[in-house]
Amino acid sequence: MYVYNDYDQQLVDDRVEQFREQTRRYLAGDLEEAEFLPLRLQNGLYIQRHAPMLRIAIPYGMLASNQLRKLADIADEYDRGYGHFSTRQNIQLNWPELERVPDILAELAKVEMHAIQTSGNCIRNTSTDQFAGVLADEVVDPRPYCELIRQWSTFHPEFAFLPRKFKIAVNSAASTDRAATRVHDIGVQIIRNDAGELGYRVYAGGGLGRTPVIGEVVSEFVEEKHLLTYIEAIVRVYNQHGRRDNKFKARIKILVRAMGIEKFRAKVEAEWAHLKDNDSTLTGAEIERMKAHFSEPNYEDLPATDPAVEQLKADSKGFRNWLERNATEHRVPGYTAITLSLKKTGVAPGDITSKQMRAAADLADRYSVGEARVSHFQNLILADVRVSDLPALWEEAKANGFATPNIGTLTDIICCPGGDFCSLANAKSIPIAEQIQRQFDDLDYVYDLGNLELNISGCMNACGHHHVGNIGILGVDKKGAEFYQISLGGDSGLDASLGKILGPSFNAEEVPSVIEKIIDVYVKERTEEEEFIDTVRRVGIKPFKEQVYA
Amino acid sequence: MPELIVNREIATDTYRYLTEEDAVPATGDVIVPLVVWQAQADSLQARDGRTGVWLASDQLAEDLDERIHQADVVAIEFPKFVDGRGFSTAYLLRNRLNYQGELRAIGDILLDQLFYLQRVGFNAFLLPDGKPAAKGLELLEPISVRYQASTDTPCPLFRQLESA
Ligand code: HEM
Ligand code: SF4
Repeated sequence: MYVYNDYDQQLVDDRVEQFREQTRRYLAGDLEEAEFLPLRLQNGLYIQRHAPMLRIAIPYGMLASNQLRKLADIADEYDRGYGHFSTRQNIQLNWPELERVPDILAELAKVEMHAIQTSGNCIRNTSTDQFAGVLADEVVDPRPYCELIRQWSTFHPEFAFLPRKFKIAVNSAASTDRAATRVHDIGVQIIRNDAGELGYRVYAGGGLGRTPVIGEVVSEFVEEKHLLTYIEAIVRVYNQHGRRDNKFKARIKILVRAMGIEKFRAKVEAEWAHLKDNDSTLTGAEIERMKAHFSEPNYEDLPATDPAVEQLKADSKGFRNWLERNATEHRVPGYTAITLSLKKTGVAPGDITSKQMRAAADLADRYSVGEARVSHFQNLILADVRVSDLPALWEEAKANGFATPNIGTLTDIICCPGGDFCSLANAKSIPIAEQIQRQFDDLDYVYDLGNLELNISGCMNACGHHHVGNIGILGVDKKGAEFYQISLGGDSGLDASLGKILGPSFNAEEVPSVIEKIIDVYVKERTEEEEFIDTVRRVGIKPFKEQVYA
Repeated sequence: MPELIVNREIATDTYRYLTEEDAVPATGDVIVPLVVWQAQADSLQARDGRTGVWLASDQLAEDLDERIHQADVVAIEFPKFVDGRGFSTAYLLRNRLNYQGELRAIGDILLDQLFYLQRVGFNAFLLPDGKPAAKGLELLEPISVRYQASTDTPCPLFRQLESA
């Protein structure tokens, strides 16, 4: 886990004072609303339907237990006792008072946290795979590279007023992409070239929102040390040439499309030629310094399996189910990564109470080197759990509402706050998630359906990533009434694709039965072992359409 | 009257800002639009008084050439404070074209942007009406740590620490 040095601490402390002063001037009437807007946004502060919303940065999803406890205290003291994990690994508070936000930031700074650049037209939190560092098929641990990007982008003086927000994701796994890098403004895929040298395949121009686009390759291979200068070249080209006349056409995806990837690449390469090997080029010492922050915990030499665990697996279907869905293979024998599900039916996906935050912090301390991670899928992960601890952890996870054994299934829904909280919404999204979870309450059936990503957004801003859900649900407004458009075939992984719209939209009551029909078609059409997405890709959306609109 | 900061001090603005239609006077300090500058570079050199160039936000560093070094000041306009192109233009003027003269931010700039503006290479700020330069001076350095390189800090923090 990255630990602040004096400079890092000074920077967040300075920021607290800066924002305190800005808030004071705003409240005193010395700063106009429009002028305060970008300042507060660059501190993660939105004004929402009911109250301000504060988005706190969790760099690439990493949380130490003391940070989780601090978040719990803040949620109790300054909010309504809960928070909401976002799809970009951050956490949001839905009810803070503007006047008290500087105090919240001061509290955060005490545990090396902040809300810098969690919103606004600047470079946002860098995200990555929640299993970084423990995956067997990872090229290297991506977190040191994420931290390098974080520091480079923090208060970057040139890139704080970009045409639009700018999101970077890094993936280092060879066979999966849990960070949805292909739908980011810049996607960094860590690879080795044929000579075995470390570097990056760099994508640009991905994004969701009202014009969803899969990113294109800008460079097939950028050497390890050129990470920051290459990104700088891309962002500089974007800052100069991205559209500023229409905010719906301002993302880099529109620029890349308009220029064409060839021309865009040529511009980036021309800019980069000036930067290559300058002082921003990474040194071996700097890369090593970052890596040292993410060094391996002292893993013990453990047997891969444990007799008591095997016994419980044989005896308890519940335990088996939980392991089947919520455990992820760890590269070190005798360890496993456990996902604490925040997708319990009846609770807004990604919501967590302060009590749960404290419980998770305790679990992290006792079972997983004092760290937890937030996933893009809005769950919490304990990445370094001893296999022999699994029965005890299972009991505690159940007691704290974390053990819903649904990770990666139809009911592990990604969902935006929607009409319950968000002033931009066309429709509510949280109740739709709940209806679907209730409809599919038969666990055996849900398991049988296997991996299936269902994503819901309350409007075309696509905070819930509906375009890249295997099943996507989008809230639309039909003459003032809330309706839902359904798409099939989206995928946020390595083989990213955008869903295709099934047809005319449905009202809220119809949605669960429509999903049921879609699932029926899958069950009928699938070949053995075929996942939902593969069936959709093979048979197309026609059979689904015929069934749903029959 | 808009107030002016030059090199971290409150200064008096001696320049007149001319539009394309305005005739360029033979004397006195003026800042002329880029098209005028490009069309009349030589005659502008011959005039009595200082002459600067005014870049609109869509006029980028790549639109400039060597003659920029003859300018007494380059003024980069921010039509709206959210339009951040000028930050890159300034960076490129300083680092690519190696322009050493006065670089002035004009237009709709916020006092809270002065820090970043200064970092990318501006050393002069013509503040919008009603924004006090004295307050601006207080806000020049709200953050004391700079992670990344820019015009004011050619070497990123990690290299400074490595060589310290
Ligand atoms: C409730 C307050 C929120 C508001 C007002 C809001 C607003 C927006 C808007 C306007 C966009 C579109 C930007 C564009 O396309 O350029 C957007 C995108 C996005 N939002 Fe939110 N959002 C909110 C909450 C959330 C939450 C809670 C999450 C996470 C669960 C989230 C995740 C995202 C993501 C990942 C995108 C990017 C999609 C893309 O790449 O275009 N947002 N948001
Ligand atoms: S997708 Fe729309 S409704 Fe949902 S949070 Fe984003 S802006 Fe709000």
